[in-house]
Amino acid sequence: MKPTDIKNPEYFHQVVDCQYACPAHTPVPEYIRLIAQQRYTDAYMINWESNVFPGVLGRTCDRPCEPACRRGRVEAEPVAICRLKRVAADFKDDITSRLPDIPQEKNGRKVALVGAGPASLTVARDLAPLGYELEIYDEQPIAGGFMRSQIPSFRLPETVLDEEVGYILDMGLTTHLNHYVDSLKGLLDQDYDAIFVGSGAPRGRDLPDLPGRQEGDASIHIGIDWLSNVAFEHIEKIGKRVIVLGGGNTAMDCCRTARRVGGEDVKVIVRSPFESMKASAWEKEDAIHEGIPFVDNHVPLEFVVEDGKLVGMRFEKVSAVFDENGKRSLVPTGEEPVLFPCDEVLVAIGQENAFPWIEKDIGIEFDNWGMPVLNAQTFQSSCAKVFFGGDSAFGPENIITAVAHGHQAAVSIDLFCDGKQVNQRPPPGTNLLSTKMGIHEWSYDNDVTTDVRKIVPLVELTSALQNRTMEVELGFDAQAAFDEAERCLNCDVQTVFTDDKCIECDACVDICPMDCINFIENNDEPELRQSLRVKAVNASQDIYVSGNLETGRVMVKDENVCLHCGLCAERCPTAAWDMQQFFYQVTKAAPLCIK
Amino acid sequence: MTYHRPEFRHPDLPTNDLGYTKKQYEGAISTLCAGCGHDSISAGIIQACFELSIEPHKVAKVSGIGCSSKTPTYFLGSSHGFNSVHGRMPSVATGANLANRELTYIGVSGDGDTASIGMGQFAHVVRRNLNMLYLVENNGCYGLTKGQDSATADVGSMGKKGTPNPFEPIDLCTLALELGATFVARSFSGDKEQLVPLIKAALSHSGFALIDVISPCVTFNNTTTSTKSYEFVREHIEATGKTDFIPVRQEITADYDPGFTQEVTLHDGSVIHLYKEDENLDVHNRLSAIQAIHERKAKGEILTGLLYLDPDCQDLHEIIGSVEKPLRDLDETALCPGNRSLEAINDSLR
Repeated sequence: MKPTDIKNPEYFHQVVDCQYACPAHTPVPEYIRLIAQQRYTDAYMINWESNVFPGVLGRTCDRPCEPACRRGRVEAEPVAICRLKRVAADFKDDITSRLPDIPQEKNGRKVALVGAGPASLTVARDLAPLGYELEIYDEQPIAGGFMRSQIPSFRLPETVLDEEVGYILDMGLTTHLNHYVDSLKGLLDQDYDAIFVGSGAPRGRDLPDLPGRQEGDASIHIGIDWLSNVAFEHIEKIGKRVIVLGGGNTAMDCCRTARRVGGEDVKVIVRSPFESMKASAWEKEDAIHEGIPFVDNHVPLEFVVEDGKLVGMRFEKVSAVFDENGKRSLVPTGEEPVLFPCDEVLVAIGQENAFPWIEKDIGIEFDNWGMPVLNAQTFQSSCAKVFFGGDSAFGPENIITAVAHGHQAAVSIDLFCDGKQVNQRPPPGTNLLSTKMGIHEWSYDNDVTTDVRKIVPLVELTSALQNRTMEVELGFDAQAAFDEAERCLNCDVQTVFTDDKCIECDACVDICPMDCINFIENNDEPELRQSLRVKAVNASQDIYVSGNLETGRVMVKDENVCLHCGLCAERCPTAAWDMQQFFYQVTKAAPLCIK
Repeated sequence: MTYHRPEFRHPDLPTNDLGYTKKQYEGAISTLCAGCGHDSISAGIIQACFELSIEPHKVAKVSGIGCSSKTPTYFLGSSHGFNSVHGRMPSVATGANLANRELTYIGVSGDGDTASIGMGQFAHVVRRNLNMLYLVENNGCYGLTKGQDSATADVGSMGKKGTPNPFEPIDLCTLALELGATFVARSFSGDKEQLVPLIKAALSHSGFALIDVISPCVTFNNTTTSTKSYEFVREHIEATGKTDFIPVRQEITADYDPGFTQEVTLHDGSVIHLYKEDENLDVHNRLSAIQAIHERKAKGEILTGLLYLDPDCQDLHEIIGSVEKPLRDLDETALCPGNRSLEAINDSLR
């Protein structure tokens, strides 16, 4: 193998599993260290710079970082990264003085933002400090998009959302609320230099052909619309017996909301087996904790309507069968269909994009699935001045993905408005700095605790179910936050090896608790992976290979379960190993967004 | 500031016949200088004991004084141990072995502890063929007292102090061969591929097994002018051959070229295979071993690997005809048979 090119920032970036897995690449270990130091405001600002909505995401994020967390490969559970983010938001001081200055004198460029959800707000946050004039449109009376309409307040209090949306609206945006944009052509005809479409995936899937759908319509609701109506207080209650169809996170929000607005017998009925439901494991747990039963392997057959009133739903029982390619099909078991009586049904079986307001003849190309044709890196559409992001770009995802799109779209818009090539993007910001302070002393806490993951305390169940807006999770207190932060393995503190300093004394090999380090004959990667002290079987994790050493061998380190404990560097007599803190900041339109 | 070894180990660590991973053979974290050869030897002992599936509680570690003699703390944390007086480890080992012959004895000593203050004790434990591994961590200097030349430093070798050593060195391997040692090997802390099989063979040998391991002192004797530095040893090392240790019950699968291979079956049935570099060396012949060492030395080279082995030797217990049962397991009536027995003995002498 060739020596690893550690000058390429993407190498060490991949070692920081959590940050790499995060669509916005938030510097997770850095803010967790700041939390441990009780520097909550600094921790918050690192987040705010990267993901714009730390308080919201600290409660609602899909947390792709946690399954990626190295700790989960070393012991049972990853670090509670998401809930630590909330700690930063909960305990921070007033941050207004640290927000970017917004120039009084504008740069003469005007951008329209369609939809006031996380994608558009991120674009606005990134462009406002550069002096852009920004106009944001949304059909709802308040900004926030699906963070407001679809995430129930018992998971995300309105005050938290208002605060973080407010930081952006206060940057001098012009808001056009209660304003449904019904024509993109209309916007193109105005004097905007660029238009960003962040209108989400607003259409909930229905079961239009299922018998009884028409007759029972008054008692059958589309999940996301119903949640939105509850959020904006158009709906205040639901029948006692409720069936929620679907197995995703929207279904979880529907069933838990239903429990709080009058539903007593609420159950989730889903086609697939429980294990393969799309909802996040923790959201399923939360619903189960609230006494909501899950009925899996049941495919809806019909809405049963008697005397014009919905009385129940009939289902066919199925079981999941996998063919030799691993493709799943749901095969009826042949048992009698089952009737579940109910008063109302919430249909939460997915959502899709809809662009009825975009004219077909204005140069925006759509693919066969009705999605805009975009450059995946620049988010530019086939009409050069129109950019897409969030759920409206590539279909329904989540908040953090929308934020990541927003950052990149803002970079593109800025380049475009400057008359530059949008695909010639500035590099990410990186830094690599030694943490050595003494023989056994590092500027990070290198001790590895064996503490297990802390559980977030909850409000007592009965009172939680009586109030739709009471936040269920209480969040970590300072002590629990510290303990949990200490579980972080500091994967951003990199093990950096310098070939020509090494005397091959084996001290690092002998001390490494995880047997990561090897001095062996070089070979091709597959053979090398097999010949290590412990075979490097996790192909998603790189092996770090040095140049040739004095004996003709090379150093090979399997990054997979390295604890970043620094013992290799402590036991190295020649400082051939050093622990260096790596900082990676995604390319953004405004390079310094915080003070 | 922390100096702890984390509790976590690689989740895919292999287990041995006892179901243990290497972790069960570890000791406390080392407090020796970073890069000390001794730490590699400790790791070699851990690896060898793990691979031999030795039960840690059936091992006794004994040592004297010095950097080397601190190391038993850093391996086999669940084993018995005795850190004795300077140069007196052989006495303690002899006493312990006589009391309980069922344990595996690992003696760790240094060049000072063996070749200077402990020379007398070393000579006698060799000639008594006490069943133990006697491992010398040989760095050619007194590291614990700031690096003065030891009795194994070569003439002209110069450590950090900057004065060439004027005295002739003691070669512990030829000395042990002279004294009748039944297993003699030399190795290098920087070559675990050679060291680990030698430790395994030595632990399986029933009799006295000396391994003289050159173990550079990074702090005081790793200079370019020292003959016990990593660099010098790597440049001048020559091996008698590659040693393979095959434990009892394991089938021999490799093909060996008979001209260059010497196979030795140990007392317990395990087999040592030596793929020889030097056709003339016969590991059953003391003279051959001594000659090979001297020839290499004359060329300025350091001969390592298995040098001599007598698998059919009699250890101390066999020589003195002690009881099969460990003395510590004998009850009072067996140990003190009483007046009648004494009279019987006295009568037999009249």
